[in-house]
Amino acid sequence: MDRTFDIKHYRGFFSITCLCLVILYGPLIIVMIYSFNDSVSITNWGGISLRWYVEIFTGLESAKFKAAAWNSFSIAIMAAIVSTVIATAAAIGMIRGGNFKGKFASFALISLPIMVPEIVTAVATLIFFSTIGFKLGTLSILVAHTVFCIPFAYLPISARLQGIDASYEEAAQDLFANRWKTFRYVLMPIMWPGIVAGFLLAFIISLDDFIITNFIKGAGIETLPTAIFGSVKQGIKPNIMALSTLLLLFSIALVTLSYFIGKRGEANQNTQQ
Amino acid sequence: MAAGTGSGSTVSAIFSPVRFWLLLPSWVVIGFFLLVPVLLMLTYSFLTKEFRGGVIWEFSLASYDQFLFDRGLFGDEAPVIKWTYINIFIRSILQAFGATIFCLLIGFPTAYFIATRPIQSRTIWLFLITVPYWVNLLIRTVSMKFLIRDSGPLNELLLYIGLIDAPLHVINTNFAVQLGLFYSYLPFMVLPIYASVERYNFTFSEVASDLYASKVTILWEVILPVVKPGIIAGSILVFVPSLGAFLAPDLLGGAKTFMIGSLIEDQFKGNAGNWPFGAAASMILLSLVLVVLMFYVRAQNKDQT
Amino acid sequence: MTSAVSLHDVRKDFGSLTALSDVTLEIEDNEFFTLLGPSGCGKTTLLRMIAGFEGATAGTIRLFGDEIEHLPPNKRPVNTVFQNYAIFPHMNVAENIGFSLRMLGWTKLEIQTRVDEMVEMVKLGALVDRKPSQISGGQQQRVALARAMAPRPKVLLLDEPLSALDLKLRQEMRTELKRLQRDTGITFIFVTHDQEEALSMSDRIAVMSDGKVQQIGTPFEIYEHPNNRFIADFIGETNMLPSIIDTVEGFNLVCQLEGGQTLDALANCDNIPGATGVLSLRPERLSITKTEPTGKILKGELGDRVYLGTDTQFIVKLSAELNLKVRMQNSFFQGANYKTGDTVFVTIADGAARFLVD
Repeated sequence: MDRTFDIKHYRGFFSITCLCLVILYGPLIIVMIYSFNDSVSITNWGGISLRWYVEIFTGLESAKFKAAAWNSFSIAIMAAIVSTVIATAAAIGMIRGGNFKGKFASFALISLPIMVPEIVTAVATLIFFSTIGFKLGTLSILVAHTVFCIPFAYLPISARLQGIDASYEEAAQDLFANRWKTFRYVLMPIMWPGIVAGFLLAFIISLDDFIITNFIKGAGIETLPTAIFGSVKQGIKPNIMALSTLLLLFSIALVTLSYFIGKRGEANQNTQQ
Repeated sequence: MAAGTGSGSTVSAIFSPVRFWLLLPSWVVIGFFLLVPVLLMLTYSFLTKEFRGGVIWEFSLASYDQFLFDRGLFGDEAPVIKWTYINIFIRSILQAFGATIFCLLIGFPTAYFIATRPIQSRTIWLFLITVPYWVNLLIRTVSMKFLIRDSGPLNELLLYIGLIDAPLHVINTNFAVQLGLFYSYLPFMVLPIYASVERYNFTFSEVASDLYASKVTILWEVILPVVKPGIIAGSILVFVPSLGAFLAPDLLGGAKTFMIGSLIEDQFKGNAGNWPFGAAASMILLSLVLVVLMFYVRAQNKDQT
Repeated sequence: MTSAVSLHDVRKDFGSLTALSDVTLEIEDNEFFTLLGPSGCGKTTLLRMIAGFEGATAGTIRLFGDEIEHLPPNKRPVNTVFQNYAIFPHMNVAENIGFSLRMLGWTKLEIQTRVDEMVEMVKLGALVDRKPSQISGGQQQRVALARAMAPRPKVLLLDEPLSALDLKLRQEMRTELKRLQRDTGITFIFVTHDQEEALSMSDRIAVMSDGKVQQIGTPFEIYEHPNNRFIADFIGETNMLPSIIDTVEGFNLVCQLEGGQTLDALANCDNIPGATGVLSLRPERLSITKTEPTGKILKGELGDRVYLGTDTQFIVKLSAELNLKVRMQNSFFQGANYKTGDTVFVTIADGAARFLVD
């Protein structure tokens, strides 16, 4: 620390930041460490081993986990694709559609899935599906996830679009591109980092969702979170810690990917300044 | 600056002729699969319950009555205010409020510290805060349960150091739930505050300092008022999901720490099996959240004028 | 011959705000035409209406005789150089320049040929493979020009294209733009708030303020014979001396200034005795002497001076309230002999005094 007076600096804020990171990462790191514990007991340390990782893939519950993983990933990919497409269209309509009556109402509707508490969404969706006689299963989960993911995809996409100068599209139109070509060759390539960020966020939100899925999954169908929850209800077991660690690493890989795509997008966007 | 000098109202409108078709999918999907279900839920809360889930389509105020009053075992006594459910709501509000305060106490200094780093290291700090936000909430809550349980690593560490003689009993207490909520939603507090501190113009601080304000005074009288929108946004983002939280009270708490989320879940998935009552409890929760959001919108509008 | 662009009674409202009204303009083919005015005067809006980004509330816009009001921007044979260039960040220089040709469905070879030609024309040689982020502001400007001129538009619209460049580059680009316009014969409609730019490049200028065209004319006409106070004040520097018309004799006015001095000025047909207004006197058309010369003169007391490098500007107090700025070139003038408080005589060049009615 240099000794000149720094107007921005407040003593203790650094320590609190470190504390914040310890709180955020501590439990995760401890579970990671214990996932390599050779012992059957989760309390005693029995040396390092990968046995619980092997157990996930070959053990008694492996079939259940594999089915859950398949459900989770296939639902997440489809929900993310559909919600990203809907959110991209909505973002262009909202941000490049001029001023119109009902703009605020439209925004409120798009944000509704974020504003309504998750448990309320879960209850409402369950009641809705059971009233119209929609069979609970992977399809009901997919529909609910798509709805829930739209605002999460919308946020980064609309943020990106707002940062794009409208003169690019005007230039494209001026240079004889029609509306579709303007979108295809100019707007979409420039807003692409936002679309990818929106897709990744929607994907992870779907993958992580427990509350809504738990309500509407129907009998016999599990996703990874509901499977983990079911196991944890009977007590934390080492194989769950290994499974959690894998999911955790996957999430970190995704956020890293999203981070680098965001950085590239920024670099691209700064060219005109 | 594309629109430039011409006029005040140059909202880009290149896609306005097809606006309707661009917005239609989101309206239909969210309207049909969320707005309609919420209205249906409102209807359900006024219906008669059928045992083992489901409803009978007969109008009834029984759910709201059950929420507020006790009419004895057979329902024939004079109504007395029943505190069971009201208490659950009050406990939920207090827990959510507590989580918001704790998140603010840790989150503001963190956000401020990160926003005042040089640009290179700032992105790394920010990345570190963002990662937990992307990690599965269930996994994070389970990790917390693993850490703080009676024979968990935290107690072992404290025993080993000699700070305590017997394991601290944290799990299944209100404090554990509080800790869980705080831990779940801490990144939600840091990110919006960071965004507003980053936009804060530090010349204000320098001006205040030049005019004889101490650093503490600058923090209270200049920085906090200017970054208030970020603080309010962060508080809403922590308070609202905490209010309806299910995982933290369910996994870290016990029977005595029941919150709204668990109460609702119990009506549909658990033993209670009372759909209209669950719908009514959900409606009350939703109303609470809408009140908070309206307060937020009003606070924002006031800041803008 | 039909005009390249012809605007008739064009009006534009944004809600309750009127951005443009009563705009009638004829812009000739092969002309370098400038829309000049302060920010907010409506010049950019007018340009955007010709490009097709804004629709007119009333009036007609014709391009070589054809009404274009119903055509979207991508159907108008008009191209624009944007103020911030709007070079597509995800395409390299060549792709940017060839974009319009690709949209028009040209073959790869045709596009290649034309792009090479344009690159040659704006001297971008080695940069064709670069991304916009890898070239300087001046080079981006050239890309924007080449891109807009690639489809050989009949009319090129330029929206303050030089405002983002630094002074040296800006002066260089003025000559360059003028050369391009002369070589290609394309009609240029150039929007700027910089009078020096307008005066140095244009064939004709339309001065705008408050959504109206105030005067249309050659740079000389605009500068020497401003129609009204706004133009006299906006273009160049001027002294505005409140005065009353004493007598009108043919083309000569005798105006009375505050403090009693009188001065001759050129008359307009609508000047009548007793009318109030201002006398506009350009500081560089005035000179000071210590001895009383013959001709049009004013007498005053020397006040402060400001040294400006090539010139020195003097303040001459004609009366308690009335100050006059006089600009003298430093090349021959011996400023040191003049002291604050000296009595001086101000000589006015022939035709320099203009009476402008309120």
